[in-house]
Amino acid sequence: MVNGKELKVSAIENGTVIDHIPSKSVFQVIKFLNLESYKNQLYFGINLESKKYEKKGIIKIRNRYIKSEEANKIALVAPTATLIEIKNFQVINKYNVTIPDKINKFIKCINPNCITNVQNIPTKFSIIDKDNLKLHCHYCEKVLTQENMIFL
Amino acid sequence: MKNKSLVSINDYDKEKYIEILDLAEEFEKNPRQKILENHVIASLFFEPSTRTRLSFESAINQLGGRIVGFTDASSSSVKKGESLVDTIKTVANYSDLIVMRHPVEGSARLASEVSSVPIINAGDGANQHPTQCLLDLYSIRKTQSTLENLDIAFVGDLKYGRTVHSLVIAMTNFNCTYHLVSPNELKLPSSVKRHIKENNLTYYQYTNLDEAIPKADIVYMTRIQRERFADPLEYEKVKNSYVLKNDMLKDSKENLRILHPLPRVNEISEDVDTNPKAYYFQQALNGVYVRQALLSSILGLK
Repeated sequence: MVNGKELKVSAIENGTVIDHIPSKSVFQVIKFLNLESYKNQLYFGINLESKKYEKKGIIKIRNRYIKSEEANKIALVAPTATLIEIKNFQVINKYNVTIPDKINKFIKCINPNCITNVQNIPTKFSIIDKDNLKLHCHYCEKVLTQENMIFL
Repeated sequence: MKNKSLVSINDYDKEKYIEILDLAEEFEKNPRQKILENHVIASLFFEPSTRTRLSFESAINQLGGRIVGFTDASSSSVKKGESLVDTIKTVANYSDLIVMRHPVEGSARLASEVSSVPIINAGDGANQHPTQCLLDLYSIRKTQSTLENLDIAFVGDLKYGRTVHSLVIAMTNFNCTYHLVSPNELKLPSSVKRHIKENNLTYYQYTNLDEAIPKADIVYMTRIQRERFADPLEYEKVKNSYVLKNDMLKDSKENLRILHPLPRVNEISEDVDTNPKAYYFQQALNGVYVRQALLSSILGLK
């Protein structure tokens, strides 16, 4: 609120709204989607009031739609997120992100002696526990937990 | 199961373990069959391992196969900076099957994905060594006449010992009761214990070796290495508590057998060697039969 005037965030005509992001994960999602250098309009908010959750984060991206592999990535840091696709100010699709069974490439294996860290090999993981987020490295067979997850 | 790599003990199920063990039994009766006569096996040891390499080479030679390869990465193209993927693709052109030992974890899985011929993992760093696990299973079955419902004591370094991890997981198929004996610093990691729990099997943890011995059908000894301890003082405190001596076996079961993946340093005192319950040298010999069974099964010759 500035001098009683409300700062309004306009609705977007075309693009994506990512709602119900845990506030602490908003910047991570922005990074995942390479929005740091995005050339179009981008709005984001953290610690906003939410009916569903106590506080939430939100990102609105003009003229950009999210691919399913990107949605999988978002699910890892923001499992509660909802994706809303908008065309001509109308919601055309709305869905919750889901944690996938397999994750390739963008997470680093925690084991320094894993072949993916020694040679230039893309990582592969299967998710063995979706509730507590535990990943099993396809190569060295080590288990990663949320605390030791590093995104590439 | 033709043309299928063996990278991890988890690649095989119970049925497949039994199939390999039965086949190994056949080879034990008749280890010299010329079934590999028209085959070339590549043996790629990116790090030295005398026991495993000689056991494989003996298995191959006894079956009449030819071996190409190297025993040490320093004498190979790897030294010139060739990637593992390139080495494997090339060697696959020269051979029918690749036996590979490599110091990096996951290297064998990667090799199996790029190779046009099957890979047998002969150890990838601290990760997997499935042929050791199968020969352990073979030794257990041979000495106890069964794999089912046994009490197995695992002793020593349960945290880092890959042979322990693989065997613990493999034995979940056979209603095993686990007796886990280790210093607190080297307890079985939760990622392995998870498998015991998921199968609702019983396990006991001990820091005292004497307590576990009378209950065991098999005592599986491993070496505690000094470099595993952040504090050298902790190592000094525990190093002698996990040494098996002959007089400790006096209250043990009649059918007890002592296994050790070898090399042994001092964790089994030499006075145990002549005890009929010592089985670790025969265990090493069993490795030849198990490897013969694997080679012939993977190549579709048996």
